Amino acid sequence: MGERVEDKHQWPLYEVFIRARGGLDHKHAGSLHAADAPMAIEHARDVYTRRQEGVSIWVVRSTDITASDPADADSLFEPARDKVYRHPTFYEIPDEVKTL
Amino acid sequence: MYTQALDVQGLEPAAPIDAASLEQRFLERVDAEEKIEPKDWMPNRYRNTLIRQISQHAHSEIVGMLPEGNWITRAPTLLRKSILIAKVQDEGGHGAYLYSAAETLGVSRDQLVEQLLCGKAKYSSIFNYPTPTWADVGAIGWLVDGAAIMNQIPLCRCSYGPYARAMVRICREESFHQRQGYDLMLQLARGTAEQKRMAQDALNRWWWPALMMFGPPDAESTHSSDSQRWKIKRFSNDELRQKFVDFTVPQARFLGLTLPDPLLRWNEATERHEFGPIDWNEFNQVLKGNGPCNVERLAARRAAHEEGAWVREAAMAHAEKQRRRKASIAA
Amino acid sequence: MSAAMRVKDDDLFRYVLRLGDLSLVLGQRLGEWVGHAPALEEDLGLANTAVDLIGQARLLLAYAGEIEGRGRDEDAIAFLREHGEYLNPTLAEQPNGDFGQTVVRQVLIDAFQLELYERLATSADERLAAVAAKAVKETCYHLRYSGGWLVRLGDGTEESHTRVQSALERLWPYTVELFAADDVDRAMADRGIAPRLAEVQEGWMSRIDAVLAEATLERPHDRPYSWFGKRGHHSEHLGYMLAEMQYLQRTYPGARW
Repeated sequence: MGERVEDKHQWPLYEVFIRARGGLDHKHAGSLHAADAPMAIEHARDVYTRRQEGVSIWVVRSTDITASDPADADSLFEPARDKVYRHPTFYEIPDEVKTL
Repeated sequence: MYTQALDVQGLEPAAPIDAASLEQRFLERVDAEEKIEPKDWMPNRYRNTLIRQISQHAHSEIVGMLPEGNWITRAPTLLRKSILIAKVQDEGGHGAYLYSAAETLGVSRDQLVEQLLCGKAKYSSIFNYPTPTWADVGAIGWLVDGAAIMNQIPLCRCSYGPYARAMVRICREESFHQRQGYDLMLQLARGTAEQKRMAQDALNRWWWPALMMFGPPDAESTHSSDSQRWKIKRFSNDELRQKFVDFTVPQARFLGLTLPDPLLRWNEATERHEFGPIDWNEFNQVLKGNGPCNVERLAARRAAHEEGAWVREAAMAHAEKQRRRKASIAA
Repeated sequence: MSAAMRVKDDDLFRYVLRLGDLSLVLGQRLGEWVGHAPALEEDLGLANTAVDLIGQARLLLAYAGEIEGRGRDEDAIAFLREHGEYLNPTLAEQPNGDFGQTVVRQVLIDAFQLELYERLATSADERLAAVAAKAVKETCYHLRYSGGWLVRLGDGTEESHTRVQSALERLWPYTVELFAADDVDRAMADRGIAPRLAEVQEGWMSRIDAVLAEATLERPHDRPYSWFGKRGHHSEHLGYMLAEMQYLQRTYPGARW
């Protein structure tokens, strides 16, 4: 077996977000490779919406996504845990006040 | 089953002591049925096992497009032609979801494809068998996709988030695949004498390779324990194989076809079907690359990749030109 | 059946066959690519177009069978005609060649189908109008896909540019037939069933000129010889394609699948 053709032109990775129906958020569906953003939209349409699973597609270069570090989960998310007053169930509203 | 050749040996040696508590925490999360996501801490062996398992599964989908794609131009009706194209399209799509899941673990699709094309990576043995007749298309849908579903449903609950989610998507699409295959066989079994013969012949050739899809017997699978501990593999090979046989025997009976196993019989006591011995030598030969179509399958994939290089290159060159044009307008 | 009825049915029959066979033959060609495309995503993109085209063929050929009135369904029409009875334009049966040639063939036909279907959506024939209305959406996407690729290949690397320019030179002569109106075309236009081909050609030419310009490709000169697959006079390629496509139906006559 001789030398293989080197593929120097590797298409970058895009993350795909699909809005399944009007009224819903865009949800992460997966990723795919494309040479440019318009191609990524077409690929997303062909890979992720064959069964009418989408009305809107967003594609983002994977390298453009900044993610929080799970190691920071404690400092990022823990403090919210004891701020229960942010949640409506924390407050006892008298029964007479019905619409709150 | 896409990982019959999975060899967990030779991966990272034991981790240093401070990693032990990370590993402990990791195992607790897995035991609690929490999902592990891409940036979470995971043992290197877990990561590498997953890369191999997911990529072998992806390669299987891609190579699997070939034996059936074979019949698109010769499908006997326009409806069957449409169904077959849609099915093969789905398989390609499954490959795409799986490569995408594998890439979350820090490997690139190009690296994985390179491994496949140079013969380093494995894919399911089943796709190294030929599809000489139209009935083979039905047999693949019925038996091969049937076996795949058996394996895939438990994987929807595997510990690694992206793989589990890809599997959920795949399982939703897979039952169409099995049904169209069975429907095809039913049509043949109820057809002319020649069609019935065609169906029986295909069943004779695909039955044993389908059973081999589940991998070697449990007694010989010494590397499953980690996979089961990490909830990457949820049932043993023999368990899944037995379940497949028990499901499929009545389906074959309904078709009026005979399974090519004279030792097949129902055991009233155990409430399972006993079946004859599998030729593991054939299985090993096929895995090694000596099956009927290994050479052709890889050659086809290599040709597609090499002949398409100028296209991929052109797309990148165009994207680069567009980038530069935008930049010079902005400047 | 009176002579006038026979002629009327025959024109419509032939016209619908032309439309249906165009989709059938082109869909058949694209089906050959599946599993062999330059990238996994392109396997899916080409398969998508193929499945749409076969779907169009089914509707159109079923309708043709009804017009004919001899009880032939979509498969009898698709699989059991003789070579000279297929009425697709010769362009559609040209071989795939490399991806570039496939893309060029696709753009030329997608643009034609889009211009045609847009106008057929208001056809006096309700069945054709319904098929066309559905097909317009599909064809819009087909042209977006194929046109996008023509631009990337035409304005990509030197190699890709050369390949598609050559493919364009090779396929261009087959486009003449698309707009050469004959008695059937004129009859259909007179009855408000089909648009005048001159109109379709205008729309087609402006789309093609636009995409060729963006792709930095040159429009080839017309060559004198014309093919007329739409009259059943085909190139050598159709015979091989039919032999493959018809194999099971011919070998097991009367069988159901």
